[in-house]
Amino acid sequence: MNAQATKQKSTSLLNPELLKQALKHAFVKLHPKGMIRNPVMFTVEIGTAVMLVVIVNILLTHTRSQGSLAYNIFIFIVLFLTLIFANFAEAIAEARGKAQAESLRKTREETPAKLVAPVGELRVDEIQIVSSSQLKKGDVFICETGDTIPTDGEIIQGLATIDESAITGESAPVIREAGGDKSSVTGGTKVLSDKIKVRVTTEPGESFLDKMIALVEGASRQKTPNEIALTILLAAFTLVFIIVCVTLKPFADYAKTPITIAALISLFVCLIPTTIGGLLSAIGIAGMNRALQANVISKSGKAVETAGDIDVLLLDKTGTITIGNRKATRFYPANGIDDSRLVEACVLSSLADETPEGKSIIELAGKDSWKNLSLEGTAMIKFTAETRCSGIDMPNGKRIRKGATDSIRKMTEKAGHVFPAETATKVQEIAANGGTPLVVCENEQTLGVIELQDIIKPGISERFERLRKMGVKTVMVTGDNPLTAKFIAQKAGVDDFIAEATPLDKMNYIKKEQSGGKLVAMMGDGTNDAPALAQADVGVAMNSGTQAAKEAGNMVDLDNDPTKLIEIVEIGKQLLITRGTLTTFSIANDVAKYFAIVPALFITSIPALQGLNIMRLHSPESAILSAVIFNAIIIPLLIPLALKGVEYKPIGASALLRRNLMIYGLGGIIVPFIGIKLIDLVIRLFF
Amino acid sequence: MKTELLGVVASFLLTLLLAFPLGKYISKVFRKEKNWFDFMAPFERFIFRICGIDVTREMNWKQHVAALLSLNMLWLVYAFVMFLFQGSLFGNPDSNPSMSAHLSFNTAISFLTNCNLQDYAPETGATYLIQLAVLMFLHFVSAATGIAALVVVFKAMQDKVVDKMGNFFELFLKSITRILLPISLVIALLLVFHGTPASFDGKDTLITMQGDTSVVSRGPAAGMIAIKHLGTNGGGWFGANSAHPLENPDYFTNIVEIVAQCLIPFALVFSLGFFLNRKKMAWSIFGVMTVGMLCFLLPAMHAEMKGNPAFDHMGLSQTTGNMEGKEQRFGPAASSYWSILTTVISTGSINAAHDSFMPVGGAMQMLGMMTNCFYGGNGVGILNYYIFIIIAVFISGLMVGRTPEFLGRKIEAKEMKIATIIALLHPLLILTFTAISSFAITKNPELSWLNNKGYHGFSEMLYQYTSSSANNGSGYEGLGDNTPFWNITTGFVMLLGRFLPIIGPMAIAGVLARKKFIPESAGTLRTDTATFGVMTYAVIMILAALAFFPALTLGPLAEYFSFR
Repeated sequence: MNAQATKQKSTSLLNPELLKQALKHAFVKLHPKGMIRNPVMFTVEIGTAVMLVVIVNILLTHTRSQGSLAYNIFIFIVLFLTLIFANFAEAIAEARGKAQAESLRKTREETPAKLVAPVGELRVDEIQIVSSSQLKKGDVFICETGDTIPTDGEIIQGLATIDESAITGESAPVIREAGGDKSSVTGGTKVLSDKIKVRVTTEPGESFLDKMIALVEGASRQKTPNEIALTILLAAFTLVFIIVCVTLKPFADYAKTPITIAALISLFVCLIPTTIGGLLSAIGIAGMNRALQANVISKSGKAVETAGDIDVLLLDKTGTITIGNRKATRFYPANGIDDSRLVEACVLSSLADETPEGKSIIELAGKDSWKNLSLEGTAMIKFTAETRCSGIDMPNGKRIRKGATDSIRKMTEKAGHVFPAETATKVQEIAANGGTPLVVCENEQTLGVIELQDIIKPGISERFERLRKMGVKTVMVTGDNPLTAKFIAQKAGVDDFIAEATPLDKMNYIKKEQSGGKLVAMMGDGTNDAPALAQADVGVAMNSGTQAAKEAGNMVDLDNDPTKLIEIVEIGKQLLITRGTLTTFSIANDVAKYFAIVPALFITSIPALQGLNIMRLHSPESAILSAVIFNAIIIPLLIPLALKGVEYKPIGASALLRRNLMIYGLGGIIVPFIGIKLIDLVIRLFF
Repeated sequence: MKTELLGVVASFLLTLLLAFPLGKYISKVFRKEKNWFDFMAPFERFIFRICGIDVTREMNWKQHVAALLSLNMLWLVYAFVMFLFQGSLFGNPDSNPSMSAHLSFNTAISFLTNCNLQDYAPETGATYLIQLAVLMFLHFVSAATGIAALVVVFKAMQDKVVDKMGNFFELFLKSITRILLPISLVIALLLVFHGTPASFDGKDTLITMQGDTSVVSRGPAAGMIAIKHLGTNGGGWFGANSAHPLENPDYFTNIVEIVAQCLIPFALVFSLGFFLNRKKMAWSIFGVMTVGMLCFLLPAMHAEMKGNPAFDHMGLSQTTGNMEGKEQRFGPAASSYWSILTTVISTGSINAAHDSFMPVGGAMQMLGMMTNCFYGGNGVGILNYYIFIIIAVFISGLMVGRTPEFLGRKIEAKEMKIATIIALLHPLLILTFTAISSFAITKNPELSWLNNKGYHGFSEMLYQYTSSSANNGSGYEGLGDNTPFWNITTGFVMLLGRFLPIIGPMAIAGVLARKKFIPESAGTLRTDTATFGVMTYAVIMILAALAFFPALTLGPLAEYFSFR
């Protein structure tokens, strides 16, 4: 995804439309039925309700034992705001996710579709124009130049160039064709040329985007196992403080220090982890949003989380580690063969060769080499897996072949020629250096060898280094022979490789790692990748891949970018870190809050406890108010952090723990001391 | 003053010096490696044979818990019945009466749970037969129960998928025959040589220097005093516990007894390192425990050696520090050291009156019991610490961006549920029951429970339940605790505070042991580092100590600030 697309998709936090929508939802979410899913905030809601009862009671009976009316109303308002802030955090995360998903979905809504009407069992090309929303799974439609593809599907006939910029932000068109691994098209993309026949693969409202939107909206959002465990911990903290506050009443009665209900509820709300409790679901949604921003559609929140735990990463060599395909880098003529003769043979055999390797040979030979050559009357010999060579038959009877060493060798030796020793050594040498040797012969006589080299992507070895520091082992998957694979693996800095890989090899490798307790992630696009994608703990299917691959994986990458896995791992880690650090921060805050509220509770009856008032807060009322106000406003202040996520640094687990403990643990102890004191300086003017 | 401090440092170092090899030895015993006491094997086999126990039958965690609970149940009934009828049984030279039903209930639970809250005066309340055949017996078996439970958890923590973790009866018996029995024999001999009685004769009379006739209780005490410390039990032969001149005759025996009570708790931490071959982790746990202990010891010691500020206000000199409730032969430093270690370790034996400590000392003693995991009692200390490790692993795992795992196993919802329930239990029991007693006394001021009114009276109640829930057994003697209310409520608190925190860690370890074992990788958060130690300490202090802040404010803190 390019930078422009990122900008376009990351909705600004201060978008007034979003804010308004989120604010409305913040009030709607006050319904206890929804609140009970979050035990921490639910208890705050109960506390707020109790305060309301206290206020009504004061109004009716004019009792003075519970403090002044204004003070009680103030506490009520602050508690109510705490609830609103927490709900707002969740609502804004949902709104942002929805906005992102909607902007993707908008492109595909209500586009006319050229439905191919079935006639009995047959489908003749009788076209019927319907709305895209009427397309059902199994329907077949046609798209021609200029048409917008109405929905997700699989090409069953034809080939077309397609502009996928609406989805990926990438302006370069891509080719999609029937059969093979690039047969999938996405709704909302545009056909630039040619005509394709597509079969619909999803029911309306069940595309990946629809699923993602549903996840973000919370209708089908389920708590992940980790979220459940954290909720248990937070519920336990809440319970401890319920016990602390309830028992405080008889303790205070024994010490003859009456405590007002407002003070008791304030103490309780301050002590329970409202900060993390209020932000917890926002963090989870934001994690999925970040994945969406990276143009990855996750089928569940759990998949994003699991990505953070990945131990082993399977990466395809081509496209991920190396740039596209191999390039010819040098010609090595055999002894006694003229340099120009080899080049001419190479060029002749490659002129009609459309493969990237063939083109790169022409490129290497240079323009001058083929100006005077003509292909008239020649016959192309296509590459087959059996012969493992390709070539050209000239009208003058010349037969030029280029191909794998052993097949050319067999061919020449069969014809009675000797395979030149220096070419054999050269072949060895090229392979050892990570290249692919391509031997060329003319009329079964070896002319020399072409060296094809893989170009390793710039910056890729740094990324692998980063992954290694995260504790992720990288494995390169390639169809190359072990020698070449080893060379590239070393050069790129991956930890391991699978050479001459078949889909079964991948599968076995994943199973082997998993049986050792490792979590494995892989990316794939082909149908034959589907079993491995399903087996992997995190399987990322490319959007261009086949439907089978997309069904098997638990994420879909809209950009078809093989390096995306690295980003996904970081998003997963960020999600957990944000949860962990904010929990720590929230709990560490309790120290300062205790020192603000506990002396305030008893100071009137036990003046000696002024010694505990280390912040020198003005009065019991101002101390309690300052603490609850701090407790409330810290939630909106941390919303940006919750949505953005705490940065992940690959500096090793212990160093990272040290760092986060310093910032969020120690910071969590110190910040509220300062914050509460500052608020008190303002509040003291009123109480 | 310097020599006083030197004595404290020396006893700590001596404990460390003895505990390290002992830890290695304990690990050998339970790993069934060759060890000195293999000659006990025929005796052990004999016991198994007459009990009809097949030690080759290994148990999973649930079977372990069942074995542990059924054994304990048996002893509870046995002890209860013996107390009820002790007056009519033999071995009663002083003709002490039988215990009341509620006192029997309390005392039976108290000794079974390794707590030893003694709501009776042993000299007049327990016969020799009871002291030996019930109390001393329970000293041994309750300590062995804790050690055996811990070894079950050790076995579950190995680097492989584990379902069966040895035979509980074997672990239990070996704890006695190979560890508790031999060492307490040595300690008892040391005590006898320094004047602790070991005779079956009844009370002795002597003429004091003033010419008065005084009656002194005696009895076969040395053995019980030895195991009372080694087993971190704390229930003494005499009412004054180790402040009694016959129970703790001189500074030497004082060192023997303080070393004895710290010995196994220290050693078990090291044996964790040897057993699992994770020595660094053992040291890191030991480090955290020691720092935790020092954070309580230093303020307490400082306050005691400085003396009572009220004396300063009156212009009285107190060069010896606060001597109220202290024994001349020990002084404030050694008494503070003892009082903090006996509270963090859950022994609960005393060599000075905790009631008479300065408020800071009192607060620190209570915090020692509230955290209850810095060293802690035999076996159970590490089990408590294990709960906090699970919670610390969970939070810090999140902080480094990985699903939390401890020793190669993922910590998930089920384990967190058990861990948080156990962590919650302690504040729940202490605060709820203190609240009930506060409520009762506020409504019925005529109740004569409290020797002191006001903050100190509150501290007495808070201390009593803290001590019960932590299975410590020491008390503020100002509290009149031999009443049905106190005997019954503390009985329940002790039972819950003992068995749930043993079952919880066994369950967590048992569940984790069956999970897939994930070998360490570069991304794994190491749990044997100083950073993780700090994290664990923070979790303990925030979860265990912070919950008690308001209560402590109304007790010792209020007292402290009014004293100044």
